[in-house]
Amino acid sequence: MTALTPPLPRLTPESDFYWTSGATGTLSLLRCSACGFYLHPPTPQCRACGSADVAPQPVSGRATLFTFTVSYQQLLPSIPAPYVVGIVALEEQDDVHITTRIVGVDLDEVRIGMPLQVRFEQHDDVYLPLFAPVPA
Amino acid sequence: MRGKWEDHVVISGAGKSDFARRSGRSELDLAVQASRDAIQDAGLTPADIDGIIAWPGEIPAPMGFSGPAALRVSDALALGELTFHGSWTEGASQLAGLFSACHAVAAGVAKHVLVYRATGESSGQGGGGRSAVHPVDNNGIVGNFSWLRPFGAVSAAHWMALMATRYVHEYGLKPEQLGWVAVNNRAHAALTPHAVYRDPITIDDYLESRVITSPLRLYDCDVPSDAAVAFVVSAVDTVPDLRAPVRIEAVGSAYSGRPFWDQWTHPTHMASHAAAKHMWSRTDLRQDDVDVAQLYDGFSFILIAWLEALGFCGPGEAGAFVEGGERIRIGGQLPLNTGGGQLSGGRVHAHSLLYESCVQIRGEAGARQVQGAQVALTSAGAGPLGGAVLLTPPR
Ligand SMILES: [Zn+2]
Repeated sequence: MTALTPPLPRLTPESDFYWTSGATGTLSLLRCSACGFYLHPPTPQCRACGSADVAPQPVSGRATLFTFTVSYQQLLPSIPAPYVVGIVALEEQDDVHITTRIVGVDLDEVRIGMPLQVRFEQHDDVYLPLFAPVPA
Repeated sequence: MRGKWEDHVVISGAGKSDFARRSGRSELDLAVQASRDAIQDAGLTPADIDGIIAWPGEIPAPMGFSGPAALRVSDALALGELTFHGSWTEGASQLAGLFSACHAVAAGVAKHVLVYRATGESSGQGGGGRSAVHPVDNNGIVGNFSWLRPFGAVSAAHWMALMATRYVHEYGLKPEQLGWVAVNNRAHAALTPHAVYRDPITIDDYLESRVITSPLRLYDCDVPSDAAVAFVVSAVDTVPDLRAPVRIEAVGSAYSGRPFWDQWTHPTHMASHAAAKHMWSRTDLRQDDVDVAQLYDGFSFILIAWLEALGFCGPGEAGAFVEGGERIRIGGQLPLNTGGGQLSGGRVHAHSLLYESCVQIRGEAGARQVQGAQVALTSAGAGPLGGAVLLTPPR
């Protein structure tokens, strides 16, 4: 861990699949095999139908920006300010929200509703899902 | 138990320590000062106390946040045998400890329970940003913070700013509206001897203050402080022994939605809605009956959300309600945060707001007294945490 390493999640049986899924280039979320509901953050049984038949499944990585904030304080050495924190709504199920950093865009061009695509920032075994605008 | 539990308890004592920035005092010292003040205010002595509860107790947190454990405060006050003792790290807002004390007293477990919140956040932060140094990061983050901190969403300012941006998008809240929350609180702090920041500010000062994390500016954020507030909750049958008991008309307490601040799909539909609904269901009083309100202002936007959750305004209307400050000043239709709130008074996590409500109901608020205040509302929390309290004088 160096000054350029952000605070990282611990890999636990609850969510290790999520944080490592970027190794395949694809984001995976837990999904109910019975009813198709995505469970994020993960829960061991389906929150919609109660089924315990849940498993990680790759998603498109496409999302729209639900809301954002531009953070101007220099808080973490690993994340130079200003930076954009966003909450994105997953294309497959828009009540699945992911808090992330919005990258690859000028600060004054960030807009609620903009289409985004996941990209990963690797720190050893952990692949942080960041989101960037879909190229025109 | 006959009737509602609120009828079986009173708030008998409300006390505080000195409020300051960078006092260098220990949190235990602050807790003891506030506790002794509350016990004396009740007309009791430490020997009368048979229960104690803290919010949040000693938990892993940035320096200065947690305050001392209840057992340490109990020791410092040389309390005797306690039949009730604990702390709350979850619960229906930061007032969950007070609610729990009420439940214990109403159930007959204890007669006089000491409740306190002590924080040394100002001294604890020193020169560095506290958000950047958190013991949960050690050995990898687990739980709720793991979804936020890796992406720089390390501060409650970020979590609330995300809600505020969405609210602006849906309802068009303008900076010159939101700013009146801060301006009004500061005007009331000027009348409050113990408030941390007392020099008046104008809406222009607000608009010129630096953006911390958009759309929140410096004056939208509450003030980390070295301060403690304490209460004594007493059984109603002890009222003849008490100096100036305050009656609890109704409490609303709620946990609702998912426990993650980012999974909410509407910017104000926090647990505040469920807490408000619960509170109003336990009283015949209505919004028009409220004479003075202390609404949670960890950030100015939270107060906006509470105004709508409590039904003082419709969805999207709170910005216009506070704009210009006429409705929310002392003497206005709904005087808000008459002790300066947490934005100017200092952050004691809702306990200072409830303290102010007690002082107002007793008519002991001096220059900032709302004349004839008979119903005082306090709200606490944001996100998945919500609590609300209506106080009145004794019947
Ligand atoms: Zn299901």
